Amino acid sequence: MIEFTPRKIQSSFWAILSPIISIGMTIFIGSLIFKMLSYPVMESLYQVFVSPFSRPDRIADIFVKACPLIIIGLGLIFCFKANIWNIGAEGQFILGTLCAGSFALLFPETKTYMLLFSMFIIGFIGGAIWASIPAILKVRLNVNEILVSLMLVYVAMLFIDFIVRGPLRDPMSFGFPLSKVYPDGAIISKVDFPFIGFLGQFHYGIFIILILCPLIWLFINKTLPGFQIKIFGSSTRASEFAGFNKNKITFYVLLVSGGLSGVAGVIEVSANMGRLQPEVSFGYGFTAIIVAFLGRLNPYGVVIAGIIIATAKLGADNAQMVLGIPKVVTGIFEGMLLFFLLAGETIQKYKISIRKDN
Amino acid sequence: MENLLITILLTSIPILLAGLGELVTEKSGVLNLGVEGMMLCGAVAALGSVLIFGNPYIGILFGAIAGILISTVFSFFTITLMTNQVATGLGLTIFATALTGLIGEPFVGKTAASLPKLEIIFLSDIPYIGKILFSNDILVYFAIFLIFFIHFGFQNTKIGIIIRAVGDNHDSAHSIGYSVKLVRWISTSFGGMCAGMGGAYIPLALTPHWSEGMTAGKGWIALALVVFASWMPIRLLIGALIFGGITILQFVAQARGWDVPSQFLNMLPYLATILALALISLKLRHNNYAPACLGKHFLGNK
Repeated sequence: MIEFTPRKIQSSFWAILSPIISIGMTIFIGSLIFKMLSYPVMESLYQVFVSPFSRPDRIADIFVKACPLIIIGLGLIFCFKANIWNIGAEGQFILGTLCAGSFALLFPETKTYMLLFSMFIIGFIGGAIWASIPAILKVRLNVNEILVSLMLVYVAMLFIDFIVRGPLRDPMSFGFPLSKVYPDGAIISKVDFPFIGFLGQFHYGIFIILILCPLIWLFINKTLPGFQIKIFGSSTRASEFAGFNKNKITFYVLLVSGGLSGVAGVIEVSANMGRLQPEVSFGYGFTAIIVAFLGRLNPYGVVIAGIIIATAKLGADNAQMVLGIPKVVTGIFEGMLLFFLLAGETIQKYKISIRKDN
Repeated sequence: MENLLITILLTSIPILLAGLGELVTEKSGVLNLGVEGMMLCGAVAALGSVLIFGNPYIGILFGAIAGILISTVFSFFTITLMTNQVATGLGLTIFATALTGLIGEPFVGKTAASLPKLEIIFLSDIPYIGKILFSNDILVYFAIFLIFFIHFGFQNTKIGIIIRAVGDNHDSAHSIGYSVKLVRWISTSFGGMCAGMGGAYIPLALTPHWSEGMTAGKGWIALALVVFASWMPIRLLIGALIFGGITILQFVAQARGWDVPSQFLNMLPYLATILALALISLKLRHNNYAPACLGKHFLGNK
């Protein structure tokens, strides 16, 4: 019989160690899967985890890939800390992108970066509006936010598909479902490093993380609303006794999370695509959930986690090209990683001992 | 008209089966959000086994087994290791979506044999309703049987009452000597089996070929339906039929040439789910009939 005794003090040692062990176990079981599917194990692992570091431009591309994951993940910290399960970041990403993109296309030939600046705000509002639907339903009617936010992902996907094939389709796109190209003022340009030049797709949008991450850390750890979110998430009763406004917290964490997803979408599309298309997100909203957990809901942790997951994603692309391993294996790794991380939380919370039954 | 009603019934079967399984799981106090993933496992196992053995009944069996197997992953983490149920269920869906994508890749472009229709003699000759109700494949009859089985099981059998006790008050159930964890393991496996069969029904009767993520949110809709049905099996049937009808609406619209973009018609099931959840919450604001221990951990060493 396995016995769980709650720990009085949660060990901070485990807090850091458990993500590392989780990654180790995921890699171990991952290699078993490669073995079972008869792919060369060492070569596969090299492609997935090391090859993205093999050239400077590839390293730069890790940051490009990590950028949307980190920004969405930073937003999800608010929700998950408050024990609000927003799993519809994918839909909020799409809607933010769509709103900002439509706005940009209203002003063709615009050169000024004021346009880009307004797109950030509109993208934030668009994502926040999409997240406000589960938020309002949760606050007013106590409707489960998990199901509503997820259903809205499907709705958002179909909606952008309709917009890009219908009203916003570029007449010159030869029948492809693409919008017109964004005006210059809406494009985030690549970074021209001194002496080196361009590195992969590395763009200026990535620098926003340098501002967002410490800001969110300060907010959560040094302000009263941040404290309220934490208490609300860990003990609803305690926060009620303290007189915190439950509805307000629920509403705002969802709004901020949705808004940041929208901003992530604006950056992703303005930097990498430069126009709207039916597929603007490639599951970033779902992967970011894993990133938030791997980062242990700590803003700096989320940045590191985003880089790790982005590495594996790019590595999986390489593995597909070199070894023909289907890209979907990253999803298997992500699922396993989440399982192990959650199990690690149990070990952190409880002392586990084995008791003999007579 | 007759054909339309049959199509609505058939379309609702995957959601109905998965929903019935999840209902039992949730009655025992476990919230398994991995229904979508378990359905995908059932679908890919059914399709693969039918392609190998050629017999659609084998497909049901393999679908059910796949559902049970993947649900044990969930049970192990949430019941034994006491991980967060919401996050684990989500992980299960991410994991299973990728796993089935990998397994299903060789099946792309191949067509599986469908379940044969079994006409029940005499009954299927009843005018109007005979063809609709008594000329279906085995899983339709099974699903209908399951509704009443679960309904009466929870009302009148000892096992049903034990499951409810565990879901409503696990400390009391434990103190009078029932193994809370075992009951939850079994209920979750039952849910996995039903979701597996519901998933299996999609390639075996609705669209006989594999595409990645072919359940298209049906598992999530099933989860919503359980809430909508206030954990009552018969209401689940009504809910599933409504969703079958809404899903079919897009084909009707296409056939009749309505001038509505297809994307908006495709949105209807998802929008209807949100609406249904909102309406039911409005109605049951003070008593939502949810099992009292839903989603709560049981330490089990008192």
